[in-house]
Amino acid sequence: MGRLFPKRVFGRRRARPVGEQSSLEARKLRFRFGNTVILDDVDLRLSPGRIVGVIGPNGAGKSTLVKLLSRVLVPENGQISLDGHDLTAWHPMELARVLTVVPQAPELPPGFTSWEIALMGRTPFLGWMGKESETDRVITQQAMVETGTWHLASRRVSQLSGGERQRVVIARALAQEPRVLLLDEPTAYLDINHQIETMMLVTRLVAERKLAGLVIFHDLNLASRYCDELILLQSGRILARGRPSEVLTPALIGQAYGADVTVIQHPANRLPVVLPL
Amino acid sequence: MSAYKNNEHKIEGIDKTLPAALAKPGPRRYWLWRRRGHVLLVAFALVVCVALLAVAWGSFSIPPWTIVKILWRRISGNPGVTTWPASWETVILQIRLPRAILAALVGAALSQTGAVYQGLFRNPLADPYLIGISSGAGLGATIAIAFGLLFGWGSLGAVSVLAFLGALVATALVYCLSRIGGRTSVVTLLLAGVALGAFFTAIQTFLMLRSNDAFHTVHIVGWLMGSFNLSSWAKVQLLAPVLAAGTAIMCAYGHRLNVLQLDEEQAQQLGVPVERTRLVLIVVASLVTATAVAVSGIIGFVGLIVPHAVRLVWGPDHRFLLPMSALIGAGFMVVVDGVARTLLSPAEIPVGVLTAFFGAPFFLYLLRQKKQQLFR
Repeated sequence: MGRLFPKRVFGRRRARPVGEQSSLEARKLRFRFGNTVILDDVDLRLSPGRIVGVIGPNGAGKSTLVKLLSRVLVPENGQISLDGHDLTAWHPMELARVLTVVPQAPELPPGFTSWEIALMGRTPFLGWMGKESETDRVITQQAMVETGTWHLASRRVSQLSGGERQRVVIARALAQEPRVLLLDEPTAYLDINHQIETMMLVTRLVAERKLAGLVIFHDLNLASRYCDELILLQSGRILARGRPSEVLTPALIGQAYGADVTVIQHPANRLPVVLPL
Repeated sequence: MSAYKNNEHKIEGIDKTLPAALAKPGPRRYWLWRRRGHVLLVAFALVVCVALLAVAWGSFSIPPWTIVKILWRRISGNPGVTTWPASWETVILQIRLPRAILAALVGAALSQTGAVYQGLFRNPLADPYLIGISSGAGLGATIAIAFGLLFGWGSLGAVSVLAFLGALVATALVYCLSRIGGRTSVVTLLLAGVALGAFFTAIQTFLMLRSNDAFHTVHIVGWLMGSFNLSSWAKVQLLAPVLAAGTAIMCAYGHRLNVLQLDEEQAQQLGVPVERTRLVLIVVASLVTATAVAVSGIIGFVGLIVPHAVRLVWGPDHRFLLPMSALIGAGFMVVVDGVARTLLSPAEIPVGVLTAFFGAPFFLYLLRQKKQQLFR
């Protein structure tokens, strides 16, 4: 939450050198709601150009992890540092220029057009009157073109399908010109074509812009396909971490999810594929 | 990383061709946004014209051009030749003009704060009186009238002063009551407002019934419905600076209000300090509303329908919605007040009755015309 009137720590920077990179590091995170421990002893490091996937059964604390990393919630214990500065020291505006979140099935006000929603990504760059410049518009337009939503620009969000809404929100995140990108189940409720499209887009952006990415997955096979590193959470603790082939094993999946599965190799790319037994 | 490279050709499939109609960044409705300054200017000119007609219109009418000449004579300080009776000048300058201006200011204040509250609470039913202002002001005014209090502040009577204080006390109470652990939840705020409003209204009704003087009761009921028949330059001088400052702050917060239309979490992640924005807007909007109520009584319905009407026509962007609501509200109030004082002349109809009488059908018409769901 931070203070009511936070101090600006790093001063106001409007323009930023292209290709600047950031990394996010969390150490010994612990969080609880009342007496229920949601997350305990979680370490992770997001570095530029890499996607870290987080998997785990419902209630394992995946979404809480994203909320902690984006400072919506404050950890009880442990430290999160972004570019070497403690996360709590960042001014909200400065933070929003570096770190973005694509929330899980976000609520969008139906009266607004996709363009207006995407333009909201420029909020942390606007002056106090909130007047956007030509640069802001061009960046937003690029973000919309990149996410394939430009043709929806004048459409109201209430008239969009689930996949289109998700892409508009990703466009908004891109307009923020982030260096750290956190996605909370970006493929939830999407059809397979939109799942693949969305994940291709994310991997491409992470690779091209050298973003530090964290993606929460529901679908283990998507996680296997698109992540450089996987973290398997079980009731708030890290059960396993490493390359997809190291994490997605029948034993670990069985332990975390309590389900009998078999793991085979993908015929094309040799990545593990999890199948129910 | 190598894993996805096989499919890279698919990225080329993303539609990179821009729709031909969109030469400039932004959708087609965007031309209106680019011209928003002009649109506001035209609206302002219309409000001035309407106000001029309202001043001309009354128990006896004065040609609008003569009014302009009277005003010019007053402003320039140049005596010149007068072709009109001297009484006209008094009527214009001391009675009709302050009344029209006050009506415009009150209309602007209520409409704009209505838009702010609707945005803040993300609730289409919100209006400026939502979190206890009307009941607080009502109680204050009732106390002043029922106990026959006579003190005043400057040229303002006890009724105005107590109404203002009552409104602020009520809002502050509601805000403090709904602040739990350093955070305010919108729902708690709404419920606290309703509960405290009911409590204050109960006290007010009790006081009203207890006072034996029938004149007091009539006075209280009349005040509660709102009227401009006691307008004066002093009231204009009081409301104008508050409204000007409030408008500046509220309009500057327009883009943050837009972001608040997303949920709280998204707003925070976009760098908007939610709690602070809410506090600033509630304080400013409450001050503006309380001042408007203190000078005119509780005029209902304007703050509810004008922002909706503007939103239905021009879309929900608060950076435009707030100033436009203010202008439309000003024009609307001037017209309604003109009707209120001339329809049953020399008797006056309370303005609050007419705002609902004219506003509701027009609003229903708009709703039927534009069926898009604008709110959740």
